[in-house]
Amino acid sequence: MTHFDFATPISERDARMLHVEDTVTLNGTLFGIRDATQIHMFDHGRRTRFQLMGHAVIHTAPNVRKVTKSAAHPTGYEPVCVGTTTSDRMERFTHPLMQQYGVRLVIGKGGLRERSLTAFRELGGAYLAIIGGTAALETTWIESIEDVDLDDLNPESLWKFRVRNFGPLLVAMDSHGRSLYSDVSLSAKERRAAALSKLGVQ
Amino acid sequence: MKIDLNQLEEVAKDLYIRALKELPPDVKEGLAALSKSESNAAAKRILGTMITNIKVAEDTNNLLCQDTGIPIYNVWIGHGVQVDGVALKMAIRKGCERATREHPLRSSVVHPISRINQQTSCGEGVPVIHIDFSSESDTLVIEMIPKGSGSENNSWLRMAVPAEGINAIKTFVVDCALDAGGKTCPPTIVGVGVGGTADLCVHLAKIAATRALGTRCVDAEGAKLEQELTEAINMLGVGPQGLGGDSTAFAVHVEIAATHITMNPVAVNMQCHSARRARATFRPSGVEYGF
Repeated sequence: MTHFDFATPISERDARMLHVEDTVTLNGTLFGIRDATQIHMFDHGRRTRFQLMGHAVIHTAPNVRKVTKSAAHPTGYEPVCVGTTTSDRMERFTHPLMQQYGVRLVIGKGGLRERSLTAFRELGGAYLAIIGGTAALETTWIESIEDVDLDDLNPESLWKFRVRNFGPLLVAMDSHGRSLYSDVSLSAKERRAAALSKLGVQ
Repeated sequence: MKIDLNQLEEVAKDLYIRALKELPPDVKEGLAALSKSESNAAAKRILGTMITNIKVAEDTNNLLCQDTGIPIYNVWIGHGVQVDGVALKMAIRKGCERATREHPLRSSVVHPISRINQQTSCGEGVPVIHIDFSSESDTLVIEMIPKGSGSENNSWLRMAVPAEGINAIKTFVVDCALDAGGKTCPPTIVGVGVGGTADLCVHLAKIAATRALGTRCVDAEGAKLEQELTEAINMLGVGPQGLGGDSTAFAVHVEIAATHITMNPVAVNMQCHSARRARATFRPSGVEYGF
């Protein structure tokens, strides 16, 4: 178990250094994406003006407040509460995010599936687990909303956050074919018979 | 007792914001208890972060979770309460919309086909408003539940048949917990509806999932099932966030209704660890907030 402090963007080599159960803290830029963001990017042919190469994306749609544009709030959005949503719904977008945009790290909760694990292995990336439902804490790691694209989809816009000491996050899926979620799911299925037996179900 | 509709609108607004910011004491105690009993060190750390988050939300007056959910308002109207039903529903809707605009909150509600977000947390049939009656005199109770989508997306109904018996119900609940894994933000409250019609069965599961921890099913058979299923689910090792551990569920809650001789329906609805709810009670002496 090793801890990594990364300033984004990172290289393929950086991503491949990560192993399941390592921890990561991020500094710099973090992009927020969501269901509608990716449906529009990959199904409706829309492009973002942002460079995502080597970056981390987080499955989110924040609560924001509209404020006067200033140095602290260049987009006119102040973060109110920024948290993380269930990743599983966005499984099919991991591969294109990595292949077409060069994304290296996906942050989310609840885990992704086999196709994402393959993408991490083939293209060099990892899934970092955040603790879902702890958004008040997560918000304290967000410095500002630097920019926003595809904002007609608000709150499911493509958000560019500046983050400081964002983490520690747990490496839950790596580029070496390991997934903590698969491990736990497999072990839980093995315990099914014992649980049913306890319930008197034969 | 006559209900002031302006006050009702204010309360509906306050309840949404309150529910999003402060967890009920039973849920806080539930997390503390799991944190104490958890044997997996990594799981214990995760539960510890959940507890820290509650403190950060209170200290920074922020929302516990980014998901503002689908707003649900449950209303119980007691004896002798005078209120126009249509006006009551409008006041709740207006309060919900104002909370979204004035706090501000993320509107998490879209049209189901066009996917257009009106940025009001409202739409056709939303907020969900359930109105019922109580035998308590001069009392009107409103309970507000922001139901997060991580847990709501994991909802199931099975129309089992009588020949499959109680075993079908037990097996189904175990398989739902396996299927949910970490997607529901465990530890969860697993709500189980048993009996009724298809729609009533699902509604019972929602009532069960959003009931306070420590409460029991009033039906003795249902209460027995709760205890058995709680033990069984926590044998699976799914753990907090689906990353392994003992703490998969705070509890399994069961609600029952009579059903047809040919039917054996079971439904499951889950509530995440951020089991948010807030309550206001109107009495002639004033409004009292609680959980």
